[in-house]
Amino acid sequence: MIEIDTVSKVFTGRGAPFTALDEVSVTIRENEFFTLLGPSGCGKTTLLRVIAGFIAPTSGTLTLEGQNLVSLPPYRRPVNTVFQSYALFPHMTVAQNIAFGLEMLNKPRAEVKATVDEMLALVRMTEMAGRKTSEISGGQQQRVALARALAPRPKVLLLDEPLSALDFKLRKDMQLELKRLQSETGITFVFVTHDQEEALTMSDRIAVMNAGKIRQIGGPRDIYDHPAERFVADFIGDTNFLAVELLSVEGDQARVRLASGAEAQVRAPQDGMAPGSVTLAVRPEHASPGPVEGATLAGALENIVYFGTDTHFHVMLDDGTRFVLRQQNQPDQAQTHRTGDRVGVILSPGVGQVLRD
Amino acid sequence: MAKGFDIRRQTGFSTIAMACFVVLYLPIILLVVYSFNAGTSIAIWEGFSWRWYQTAWQNDQVQAATIRSLVIAAWAAGIATICAVLAALATTRQGSFRGYTFAFALINQPLMVPEIVTAVALLIFFAMIKVGTGYTGLFYLIIAHSAFCIPFAYMPIRARLQGMDLSLEQAAMDLYATPWQVFRRVTLPQLWPGILAGAMLAFVISLDDVVITEFVKSAGQDTLPTYMLGQLRRVVTPEVNAISTALLAISVILVIAFFFLSRTRK
Repeated sequence: MIEIDTVSKVFTGRGAPFTALDEVSVTIRENEFFTLLGPSGCGKTTLLRVIAGFIAPTSGTLTLEGQNLVSLPPYRRPVNTVFQSYALFPHMTVAQNIAFGLEMLNKPRAEVKATVDEMLALVRMTEMAGRKTSEISGGQQQRVALARALAPRPKVLLLDEPLSALDFKLRKDMQLELKRLQSETGITFVFVTHDQEEALTMSDRIAVMNAGKIRQIGGPRDIYDHPAERFVADFIGDTNFLAVELLSVEGDQARVRLASGAEAQVRAPQDGMAPGSVTLAVRPEHASPGPVEGATLAGALENIVYFGTDTHFHVMLDDGTRFVLRQQNQPDQAQTHRTGDRVGVILSPGVGQVLRD
Repeated sequence: MAKGFDIRRQTGFSTIAMACFVVLYLPIILLVVYSFNAGTSIAIWEGFSWRWYQTAWQNDQVQAATIRSLVIAAWAAGIATICAVLAALATTRQGSFRGYTFAFALINQPLMVPEIVTAVALLIFFAMIKVGTGYTGLFYLIIAHSAFCIPFAYMPIRARLQGMDLSLEQAAMDLYATPWQVFRRVTLPQLWPGILAGAMLAFVISLDDVVITEFVKSAGQDTLPTYMLGQLRRVVTPEVNAISTALLAISVILVIAFFFLSRTRK
């Protein structure tokens, strides 16, 4: 269990001081696949490097299973990193790379050999053991980097955007591979990425970061279905933002009045909220087009975009807001709507999330 | 200009280029050619012979000066390279520290201060030590040569260190290697080409030095260049050409080796 408590990092260089981490607090559980997600410059890599020990926090504490990490140099932390550039040692073979950490820990020769063999098998690189790292492909280098970091059996494995250099197909394979390795080894993974899809498919929990702060922590479903604020809703997936009037809050349910005058039952923010003008987030696939009569919202259908798996309907609502609907395609589906038609937008009850800001 | 600026199309380009090559290389070619002269003149060709190479080879003074030059160059290159490695590590791996610019200037000082100033300063300084200790051996020359060789050894080593991927050292540290183990197992194996290049450069620079050597040497401590300078004041025979040609050959070999070392594994 990693406990990060009000950790801040301020970089002071020649220019103005830059706050990379702003009082970040988070607890990462044992055996968890934990993802730090955010745009570039949000502080996610800085946080990873603070855990690895390459960056000393300006303030705050960091403990691993109760042991204070801040005062330990990187080579005394039971934590290993998979670097974005892989950082394989070019003057060593694949096997020597994997053995490096074990040798530095002064493990007996037989144990080193056994563990290296085991790791090679784990990442399916046994035949490549004697190759130089320059003689293997990018995906294979990625596997070696993983094996090298897993070999000393760290308590935590840190992964710094390890898949960003791979092409699409390979990236998909490696996502599954990483998930398999995590469950087979039982090691806590802390994974940094700016790719929301990667985060959603692989993580047990996700921390969405922006401007040095953690904006929301939760499971993939939680983050996607119930974003806490505009940044999270906007960064993950596509979202329609509607200006609405909050009438009442009861538990996690809220009643809002939409611009059309219709009322709807939606999700309230976690800590409740006072009535007034608020923003409602609605995912495009959580609403469907329908007849104008009885619809929650209505507007002119501006555009229909076919995507193969689904179709997007761009609607200009009567109050001038743009709203995108997404509907999954069925084979030989009849075209029921045409560009220029007036259509209704149907929100099922309970769909939509009131944002904190 | 529709075709853009192409220097090769400018009037007089080939003439100037040829003139430069002639000025640079004709004297050297003549030097080499006349080292094989059978006569005693360095200007009148009297036929091919190895005579002056034999004369130089059998000349006790030349032998002693050659050995002295090589000993000094080897020591100086070694000491300068060790200092240069340490300096390069400090200036590339420590981040910026207080006095960084000053340290950098200090390392490269021999490149900027006129050599004659350093020579006079060393002459006076070493004279004081000689009076104090009574030691008049070769180590004054070795120390002096080491000092002015440092920037030459420093440059290729620093370039190599700066070109190296920092994440490799971080990866090693992350895998439980202490700073010394990181240096031994990761930095050093990749630094070797830079170190060899720096050492060779320092070696050649030391081998070639006249000014500082002339001022610092005690009686009977002629190196090859100062011996040749001394010879020129008396009779000039193609023996000087022969020695120069031999030195040239050594330099060319080292420069070629330097080129290949800095090129491979890039």
